[in-house]
Amino acid sequence: MAKIKPRVKVPKKADIGEIITIKTLISHPMESGQRKDKKTGETIPRNIVNSFTASFNGEPVFEAVVEPAVSANPYFEFQMRVPAAGEMAFKWIADDGEVYETSKKIKVG
Amino acid sequence: MEFSRRQTMQIAAAVGAAALSAPNIARAATPKLVVVGGGTGGASVAKYVAAAAKGAVDVTLVERNPLYMTCYFSNLYLGDHWDFDRLAHNYEAMKAVHGVNVVHAHAQSVGDGAVTLSDGSTLAYDRAVVAPGIDFKYELYEGFDEEIASTLVPHAYKSGNQLLLLKQQIMGMEDGGTVVIATPPNPYRCPPGPYERASMIAGWLSKHKPASKVLILDPKSKHSKQGLFTEAWNRLYPGMVEWVGGDFTGGALPVVDAKNRTVITADDEEFEADVLNFIPAQKAGQIAIDSGLTGDGDWASVDPMTLESTLVPGVHVLGDACANGDMPKSGFSANSQAKVCAQAVMAAMTGKKAFPPRFRNTCWSLVGDDYGIKVGANYKAGDGKIEKTDGFISQTNEDDATHAATAAEGFGWYEAMTSDIFG
Repeated sequence: MAKIKPRVKVPKKADIGEIITIKTLISHPMESGQRKDKKTGETIPRNIVNSFTASFNGEPVFEAVVEPAVSANPYFEFQMRVPAAGEMAFKWIADDGEVYETSKKIKVG
Repeated sequence: MEFSRRQTMQIAAAVGAAALSAPNIARAATPKLVVVGGGTGGASVAKYVAAAAKGAVDVTLVERNPLYMTCYFSNLYLGDHWDFDRLAHNYEAMKAVHGVNVVHAHAQSVGDGAVTLSDGSTLAYDRAVVAPGIDFKYELYEGFDEEIASTLVPHAYKSGNQLLLLKQQIMGMEDGGTVVIATPPNPYRCPPGPYERASMIAGWLSKHKPASKVLILDPKSKHSKQGLFTEAWNRLYPGMVEWVGGDFTGGALPVVDAKNRTVITADDEEFEADVLNFIPAQKAGQIAIDSGLTGDGDWASVDPMTLESTLVPGVHVLGDACANGDMPKSGFSANSQAKVCAQAVMAAMTGKKAFPPRFRNTCWSLVGDDYGIKVGANYKAGDGKIEKTDGFISQTNEDDATHAATAAEGFGWYEAMTSDIFG
């Protein structure tokens, strides 16, 4: 199984006070815990991304609690007013304990 | 019955002067239909007119290649579900059984009652059908052209040699490598094609090089049968197939660095591949453009009742090269349009009654062993375009038996389609 790499789209540059759109996508099967293995009849254990957070210079700006009904490859899009130059950090946590992280810098002016 | 070139030009002039009184001429001599392009659309119309006319129309098919290799099922070859040789079909039955005059030559232009071949000779027609399929818009890309596609970075979107090259590259890749499939913007041939291809390559890799990955780079923000493909990839090839959509590529893939097998997106992000399959943006086959059938656009505008060009009277355009309205560009669509076109041609040339057109299409995609998905629809001639009337699509969470039945339907369709055209 290849490594999961999250993807984010953040403008490289913005003006102070500008409202920017941020898009994120993670490839994850989002196994709901409801499905049964057709051969063995056993329930396939739940393994979803259960939490997503985005923070800017350490301050949380967006947080999502994700439930099993969310389908594979969850996509989040949100807007933020840019207060200053800095770094946007993104974090996804899955049921199996895996933590996926990435970050992007935003310049101003 | 042959016309000399001079007679042909006289007839062409007469046709022009008499505002398309083709049926009158038809009574004077066996009318001539020339079909340019022996792919699914062209070969279907040639066969259907010849079979219906029983000698009342003289049918000539102009095709460059002695064999036709279908683009449909070429992905299955990449997944070891179909032999390369079984993609090839010949024109023997077309000639022997249906009496079509098959000319293996390169047609350059169509108009004024004659098809001009690359050696300068001409074939006179009373009506012509142009079905050249697609060509590629290489001019949209930096670092990508026909030469690169046939040597380093295959598009493999016309079956044939580039398909072999792509498979060789995948087979030669080290386990743990990444196959990148760069997909074209809409509209293009076979909307589910790139995603079926990703499935077939992932299926092959999961058996032979399981640490490898398939990355799809897309200029589009959504794609054909997206929910069904995503479900299949997660189930059959977990973690192996990744789709990067238009929201993350900037909506275009303008630069190819062929030597380093790297694609640079409109957002300036670089994606390096071990095997790169770059499928460029598409337009109607060159002869349609050179003959003025596409106007200022990329595709030939046609009357949905007859598939006759809205720009060049007496010339019909069908299959991938025409602006298909609501229909996708597919082999099934081309064959369906060919049957409507054959009726219209027969009506115009012999006075036979034509029925209101009905079109149909289904796209089956094989995504794994005994796992198929499909989408299809019925269409009618609407106001200025082919219009969808009703459709169907596979559902998510279908059981194994349904997936297997859909896969089997797809194989059945291939046999039926190719014997309908070439049998």
